[in-house]
Amino acid sequence: MSKTAESMTAEAIPLLAVRDLTVAFATRRGTVRAVERVSISVGKGETLAIVGESGSGKSVTSYAVMRILDRAGRVAEGSVTFSGVDVRNAPERAVRDLRGREMSMIFQNPRAALNPIRKVGRQIEDVLLQHVQAVPSDAKAKAIEALRQVRIARPEERYHAYPFELSGGMCQRVVIALALACQPQLLIADEPTTGLDVTTQKAVMDLVVELTRARGMSTILITHDLGLAAAYCDRVVVMEKGKVVETAPAKQIFKAPEHPYTKKLMRATPRLGVTLRDLLPTDVAATGAAPAPPAPDAAREPLLEVVNLIKEYPRQAASGGMSKLFGRRAGNPDDATFRAVGGISFAIARGESVGLVGESGCGKSTTSTMVMRLIDKTDGLIRFDGIDIGDIPANKFATLPLRKRIQMVFQDPTDSLNPRFTAARAIADPLMRLGGLAGRDAVRARCEELARKVGLPTELLDRFPHQLSGGQKARVGIARAIALSPELVILDEPTAALDVSVQAVVLNLLQDLKASLGMSYLFVSHDLNVVRLLCDRVIVMQSGKIVEQGPTERVLGAPQTGYTRALIAAIPHPPI
Amino acid sequence: MSGAMRMEPGAVAAPAPPAKQTSLLSHARHVIGENPVTGLAFGLFVLLALCALLGPAIAPYDPLASDVAAKLQAPSLHHWFGTDEYGRDILSRVMVAARLDLGIAIFSVALVFALGGVSGVAAGFFGGWTDLIVGRIADTIMAFPLFVLAMGIVAALGNTVTNIVIATAIINFPLYARVARAEANVRRDAGFVQAARLSGNGELRIVLTQVLPNVMPIMVVQMSLTMGYAILNAAGLSFIGLGVRPPTPEWGIMVAEGAGNIISGEWWIALFPGAALMLAVFCFNLLGDGLRDIVDPQRRT
Repeated sequence: MSKTAESMTAEAIPLLAVRDLTVAFATRRGTVRAVERVSISVGKGETLAIVGESGSGKSVTSYAVMRILDRAGRVAEGSVTFSGVDVRNAPERAVRDLRGREMSMIFQNPRAALNPIRKVGRQIEDVLLQHVQAVPSDAKAKAIEALRQVRIARPEERYHAYPFELSGGMCQRVVIALALACQPQLLIADEPTTGLDVTTQKAVMDLVVELTRARGMSTILITHDLGLAAAYCDRVVVMEKGKVVETAPAKQIFKAPEHPYTKKLMRATPRLGVTLRDLLPTDVAATGAAPAPPAPDAAREPLLEVVNLIKEYPRQAASGGMSKLFGRRAGNPDDATFRAVGGISFAIARGESVGLVGESGCGKSTTSTMVMRLIDKTDGLIRFDGIDIGDIPANKFATLPLRKRIQMVFQDPTDSLNPRFTAARAIADPLMRLGGLAGRDAVRARCEELARKVGLPTELLDRFPHQLSGGQKARVGIARAIALSPELVILDEPTAALDVSVQAVVLNLLQDLKASLGMSYLFVSHDLNVVRLLCDRVIVMQSGKIVEQGPTERVLGAPQTGYTRALIAAIPHPPI
Repeated sequence: MSGAMRMEPGAVAAPAPPAKQTSLLSHARHVIGENPVTGLAFGLFVLLALCALLGPAIAPYDPLASDVAAKLQAPSLHHWFGTDEYGRDILSRVMVAARLDLGIAIFSVALVFALGGVSGVAAGFFGGWTDLIVGRIADTIMAFPLFVLAMGIVAALGNTVTNIVIATAIINFPLYARVARAEANVRRDAGFVQAARLSGNGELRIVLTQVLPNVMPIMVVQMSLTMGYAILNAAGLSFIGLGVRPPTPEWGIMVAEGAGNIISGEWWIALFPGAALMLAVFCFNLLGDGLRDIVDPQRRT
């Protein structure tokens, strides 16, 4: 579907033409150009992907197209033409009319895009009525029809649902229904599946592509995931630091990427048939072969042994206090509790890394938090190095010497660093509390040693979290976790918030650290591609139970259960 | 560790020359520059503080010395704000009164900051019974009309400045406790709090070193906002004859003394202390808004 400039004749005028677009943001330190001389065209019925890492200007470009830049930003140069209308210079009323009716947008967080206190059916009606697509008498029927079209089961009932009653995938479907309600010609989807599970991601993307193709709509998919772009789009635009570096048909760009940045992105994307080292740029990967990790010591007793672990929560957290005050209602105790983790058993050998995968709500985080001794179990056994740590209350565990042997790297590097502490203080905290290090110089020396170990420039140690990049914050989190030389480190999606090129570096770092320090990893993730690269063994969880566990190659190569197969099938793969 | 020493390009490019991106001072200067009203409020605050610190020394007359010959004089070059019915210079009295009014406000706000902050943070962080008890105490106080409650407390405990401070602190308690509770509650399960647990910090230590520093900025804004209210409350109590007693110069009493004279045309006796009161309240409210911008990390880019 690629259209080059010369083949563009009068009847093949693109639906959207962006020419030499430059967007400038006024900041305190002068003007920053977030987007520079970007030219993009989208034909009728075409699906275009804009791919780039954070800060590449891909979202800003789409905001400029919709003319929803925030106050500090403005289009400095260039033009945006949408089906003959000059969007840059059109009066606000005309643009408002275009938005929603001619072009609409799906945002990253579906819950934030919906009004939390209004029924979803009503919200669809609002849009229909506002754009005169319905009259009050038939609005309800049309809204239900819109819900049916996005494959929401029992749309008559869901019409009355509030956003909080629906899952993330369902909410995204409602948002899609809203976006498509007025039959727009262009749909801009800004990271529509970030934060959704792989199977939900597949369902949502399949739905978007199918609905837009059926209506002859054009789509712009903004994403950081090359695999997703390749699987669903006709053409791919790669952006780096506000500039378009490459535009090519999807199939071609994966076979023969031309620009070095595209090549680097391609390399860094975890995929089938590669090793961790392959993710790094060629010039760096050549410098050092991966140190061979010591083989997991299977002969000795396992480092961690979990037997029949159960965690139950009261079903309605809000009524917990009341029922305590008034005496618990008589009835089946099973009704009063919700089993987040329902009797799971597994073991981790010394020096082994085990992946714990599953979709959100499967209990993998609850399991890891229990093993971490941050919350108490309901029943079962957690044995660490022969010591039963499951019976030690979570609030006592923090000050025990055992604490230093089990550490954790958190999912969100920003959230896990105190905004008021410098990087050095964050790393020093465990050293001073549990490390037995006294004296400022000793602590500082160890901090610098750790920073070097994780590849964090030591001059960054005195910065506050908001002065560090995402990758640097992740390194601080890792340095803090390994500060006490723990034996077991739990990695809770440590790269979920990072760009693929940073993810590649961090994954390699984790692998190297494991080999040199002899740690065991419990790697909690929903990204099977990453698990494949880093883990020796995989545990697949569904609804609080383990459905499958075994060596990585066996589980991912020849899955035994339908659930694992569905998980693997849902991963979008670049066509290589 | 060859692999570990590698960095992504972003990290290499990052060693920016200014290691500290924005100091609090330059940030404050930026916010004031962007919002001149905050600068105005800050100027007013300096003026008030000067009066409070140096009032008796720089006042042109003795605030207590009566001069019957010069009573009820309209504002003039000799007496800028005029004189009252005992011939006392109103400008001097207004200046000297700043110390007492600001003093009451500062002490009561400091007291409630400590009490409300600690109990609110404890309620928000620990939850359970602590939360229940602190919440119900706050609710109970809120159930009374606050000024009437303050009157009751001063009347019951005795008519002293200390008791005004205590009463003002008590009626402000729910505001502080609730703000602190909400802020601490949000951070209870934050990643950095969990990380602190992993680092071997006990719960009490986490509250003090991790949660409290993050709650503090909002509390400081709250302090500035309630400061004006505390001044108003103290003046209000004096106005109705509780608390400070004449002839001590105090804005509330001065307004009360002058109120009767307005009808006979001597408007200046009540106007100037009233204006001082208004400006003080105005100043602290605006300052609070400005402080909110200064401490908000979102606005620091």
